[in-house]
Amino acid sequence: MNVSSSSRQSLGTLLPKIVVAPTFVVTLVFIYGFMLWNAWLSFSSSRMLPKYDWAGFIQYEKLFANDRWWVAAQNLLVFGGLFIVICLLVGLFLAIFLDQKIRAEGAIRTIYLYPMALSFIVTGTVWKWILNPELGIQRMVREMGFESFSFDWLVNADMAIYTVVLAGVWQSSGFVMALCLAGLRGVDENVVKAARVDGASMPLIYRRIIIPGLGPVFFSALIVLTHIAIKSFDLIVALTGGGPGYATDVPATFMYTYSFTRGQIGLGSAASMMMLMAVVAIIVPYLYSELRERKQ
Amino acid sequence: MRISKIGLSVALALGLSMSAQAADVEVLHYWTSGGEAKSVAELKKMLEEKGHGWKDFAVAGGGGESAMTVLKSRVVSGNPPAAAQIKGPSIQEWGEEGVLANIDSVAKAEGWDALLPSVVSDVMKYNGEYVAVPVNVHRVNWMWANPEVFRKAGATVPTTWDEFFVAADKIKAAGMTAVAHGGQPWQDATTFESVVLGVGGAEFYNQAFVKLDPEAIKSPTMIKALNTFRKIKAYTDEGAPGRDWNLATAMVIKGEAGMQFMGDWAKGEFTAAGKKPGADYICAAAPGTSNAYTFNIDSFVMFDLDNKELEEGQNDLASTILSPEFQEVFNLNKGSVPARLNLSMSKFDDCAKLSSVDFVSSSIDKTLVPSMAHGMSTFSAVQGAISDAVTEFYNNDSVTAEAAADKMVNAIAAAQ
Amino acid sequence: MSLSRVLIYSLVLLAAVFYLLPLFVMLMTSLKDLEEIRSGTLLSLPQGLNFDAWSKAWGTACTGVDCNGMKGFFWNSVLIVVPAVIISTILGALNGYVLTKWRFRGSNLFFGMLLIGTMIPFQVILLPMARTLGFLGLAGTTSGLIMVHIIYGLAFTTLFFRNYYISIPNELVNAARIDGAGFWLIFFRIVLPISVPIVVVSVIWQFTQIWNDFLFGVVYSSGDAQPITVALNNLVNTSMGVKEYNVDMAAAIIAALPTLLVYIVAGKYFVRGLTAGAVKG
Repeated sequence: MNVSSSSRQSLGTLLPKIVVAPTFVVTLVFIYGFMLWNAWLSFSSSRMLPKYDWAGFIQYEKLFANDRWWVAAQNLLVFGGLFIVICLLVGLFLAIFLDQKIRAEGAIRTIYLYPMALSFIVTGTVWKWILNPELGIQRMVREMGFESFSFDWLVNADMAIYTVVLAGVWQSSGFVMALCLAGLRGVDENVVKAARVDGASMPLIYRRIIIPGLGPVFFSALIVLTHIAIKSFDLIVALTGGGPGYATDVPATFMYTYSFTRGQIGLGSAASMMMLMAVVAIIVPYLYSELRERKQ
Repeated sequence: MRISKIGLSVALALGLSMSAQAADVEVLHYWTSGGEAKSVAELKKMLEEKGHGWKDFAVAGGGGESAMTVLKSRVVSGNPPAAAQIKGPSIQEWGEEGVLANIDSVAKAEGWDALLPSVVSDVMKYNGEYVAVPVNVHRVNWMWANPEVFRKAGATVPTTWDEFFVAADKIKAAGMTAVAHGGQPWQDATTFESVVLGVGGAEFYNQAFVKLDPEAIKSPTMIKALNTFRKIKAYTDEGAPGRDWNLATAMVIKGEAGMQFMGDWAKGEFTAAGKKPGADYICAAAPGTSNAYTFNIDSFVMFDLDNKELEEGQNDLASTILSPEFQEVFNLNKGSVPARLNLSMSKFDDCAKLSSVDFVSSSIDKTLVPSMAHGMSTFSAVQGAISDAVTEFYNNDSVTAEAAADKMVNAIAAAQ
Repeated sequence: MSLSRVLIYSLVLLAAVFYLLPLFVMLMTSLKDLEEIRSGTLLSLPQGLNFDAWSKAWGTACTGVDCNGMKGFFWNSVLIVVPAVIISTILGALNGYVLTKWRFRGSNLFFGMLLIGTMIPFQVILLPMARTLGFLGLAGTTSGLIMVHIIYGLAFTTLFFRNYYISIPNELVNAARIDGAGFWLIFFRIVLPISVPIVVVSVIWQFTQIWNDFLFGVVYSSGDAQPITVALNNLVNTSMGVKEYNVDMAAAIIAALPTLLVYIVAGKYFVRGLTAGAVKG
C-alpha cells in the first residue's frame, strides 16, 4: 500500500463527512445546544429575561400545579391526534378519488393544495367568521329556513378545539393528498392489472395491495404533520386566541404566553421541556424502527 | 468552482446586512393603523424638526404582546432600540434588569413633577428617577350606550348595578341584545374590573388588585362582584366568545345591542361610523363608578445604548412626547386625554372633556385606580394569573364564585 | 356515467367547495366597502367591483409611521427568501447525497437527530438565537435572519433529498466509483442531473415556509427590512383602532400572491417531484 493511495483513501472517506459537517455542527449548536440552554432555564428562577441561577425543580412544581397547563397538554393530544389522523384519511381519499382519471385534475389538485400557501394571520379571521354562529354557517343555514340548526362549536368551550382541528385539516390535508397521489402514481400498474385479472375488486385491491405499499408516504406525511401539529401557534392564536377562556390553549401558546407575555421564562422553559420530552418519547421509537427497516 | 459559488452567495447574503445603523433614533411601538399610526407619524415629524432621524420599528399584535417578544429578543441580543412603548409596572421590571436610560435631566429641566399627577409620575420613575414618559391617559371604566335602543326598550341608562339589570331585562325583553361583549380574556377582565370597582369601590379595588390582599379577594364583596359579573353573561349574545371588541362596538352602533363596557378607544369606532357623542351614542361611567377612574397610560421608555450620540435624540424624543402640541394632536386622534395637566381641552369632544375632569377630580379624591385588565396594577405574571381565573370563571358555569376567588389567590401566590 | 363515478365526482367537487370557501369569503370581502361588510352576510356578493381596498392595501395603508401599503415589503421578503431557499436546498442536496451514497458510521443517527430537530417549537429558540446573533454581530440584520431560515430549513431539505436519492440504485454510483470518479464528479455528473423534480419540491416547500414565516421575521429583522408578513400583521392588527376588513383581506391575498403563483405554476412539478421519489422512503 503506497502512501498516496492511502491518503487518497482517507480523503475519500473524509470528504463526505466534511460535507455534512456544517449541518452537523449547526444541528448540534442550534438545536441540541439550545435545548440544553432551555433545560438550564427551566431550573432557574428566570422571569422577564433569562437568569442563570439554580432554583431546583420549583418551575416544574409550579407547572404541574397549573390547571391551564393540563388543559393545554390535553388539547395537544386531542388536537394532534385528530389532526394527524383526519389529515391522513382525507388526504388519502382525495388522492384515491383524483387518481380515478378525473377531468380537470390539475385545477382541482391546486384547489386542494392552495391553503398551504396562505398565512394564517388573516385566514384565521375568515375561519372565525365562518364558524361564528352569529355570522357564518349557523346563520346561513337558519336563514335558509332551518331555524333549529345549531353549529356553535367555536363558542363552546368543550367543542372549540374541534374547530381548530377543522381549520388545521383545511390547511394541511392538501399536502398529504399530494404525497399520497404521488405514492399512488408510483404503484406498479402491472401488479394492479394482474390482480384485476384474478377477479379482485378495486376496493379490495386498494386495501390489500396499494395502500400497504404507501408506507413510506405515511412516514413522510407523519413527520410533516407531527411537526405542524406541535408547532401549531398561528392557527390557535388567529382562530380562537386560546379561548373561550383558555379552553383551546396548547403547549406552544402556553409556553409563549408565559415566557414572553407574562415574564415567567422559567415556567415557560419547563413547559417546553415537557413538550420536547413527550415528542422524543413518541418519535424516537418510530424513527428507530423506520430507519432500521430501511437499512436492510 | 461550485463551492466558490456557494461562498459567493453566502458573501452576498452577508453583504446585504451592511446597511449598518446610522445615528437614527429607533422607536419600537405597536401603533400601526389608522389614527394611531397618524399620531406616531406626527411624533416622527416633530422629532425630525429637532434634527434627529427616526427609524420606525413597528410591531403590532396582541395589544403589544408581539412587540414585547421582539423587544426581549433585541435586549438579549445586546441591540435594544433607542425607545420602546412599555407601560405600567413593566417599567419597574425593565428597570430592575438595568437596561434603561435615565432621562431625569430632561424631566428636571422641564419640571415634569409639576406637569404630571403623582399617580402618573410614580409609574414613570424607577428608583425615584424618570426612565419613561407618558403619552396619554385612557379611561377604562366606560359604558357605551345606544340611546335609541334604550328608548325602544323603555329603559334608562343605569348608574348602579341594580339599575343595570333592570335596564338589561327591558332591552332583552324588547328583543335586542343588552350587552355587546367580546369574549376574549382581556375583554372579560375589562368588564370584570369595572364590576369590581362598581360593587366594591376604589378602596376595595386597590386592596384586591394593587395590594393583592388575599383577605380582600376572598371577601364577600369580591364574591358579590364575581356573581354580578357572571350575571351579565345572560345578557350577551351567542356569538360573543372570541369576538373582537370593535365588532361588539359595531353592535351598539347598529342598534343591535344596548351597551358595551370598553375603554375610551371605542370612541374611534363611533366617530368612524359618523356618530356624534350625546346624540347618537352615550358615554357614561360603568354603573357605580362615576366618581372613580380606572386609568391605562401608554408610555415610552428609553434604553441605555452604547452609542452615546443617540442620548440627545432620546432626550429630545422624551421632551417632544410631553410637549403640549404632541399631547393634543395625539390624544385627539386616539380618543384618550393628555397625561399632562392643565392643557386646554377645547378641541376635544364631550366624552374626552368629562374624562379629563374626572381624571383630575378622582386623583384628588383618591379614587383614581390603575387598570388591572390593562396591566397597570401589577406585574404581567400576576395580571395573567388573575385574568386566567376570571375568564375561566366567566366561561365555565361549574366554577363557583368562591372557588374562583380561591383560585385567584393561589394563582397570584404562584405567579409572584 | 356509472353511479360510482357520479359519487366520486360529487365528493371531489364537494371537497373543492370546502377548500375554496375561505378564499371566496376573502375575495368577496375585499371587494365590498365597510358599510356592505357591516350590513351583509359572509357570502353575499358585493354590489359592484370595488377595488378601492386593493389599491389601499397595495399603496396607502399604514404599516407603521409610513403609509405606503404592502408594495415596499415585497422586495424585503425576496431578499430574505431567495438566498435562504438556495442555500438550504444546496446543503440539503449534499446532505442527502452523503446520507445515501456515502454512508458512514453514525449517518443514520445523524439523520435521526436532524429529524427530531424539526420538532423543536420555534418559540423555544427565540431568545438563545437572539443571543447568538448578537454574539456573531448579526443581530437585527437581514443576513442573520437568512441564516436562521437556513438552519431551521435544513432538516426538511435533507429529508426530501435523502428520501429521493435513496431510490437511485447504488450500483450506478459504485460503477462510477470503480471508474475512478470521485465524490464531486459523481454528484455533478450523475446525481444532480436527475434531481430536478426533488429540487422543485424542496424549493416550493422552503419558499412557502420562509415567505409565510412571521415569528422569525418579526423578531430578527430590523425596522426597515421587515418581511411582508410583518407588514401584513401590522396592517391587520390594530390594537385599538378601526378595523378595515376589506383592506385586510386584500392585503392578505396580495401577500400570498407569490406563494399562490408558485403553487399554481409549479404545483404540477410538485406532485411529479414527489412521485419521482420523495415519498419512496
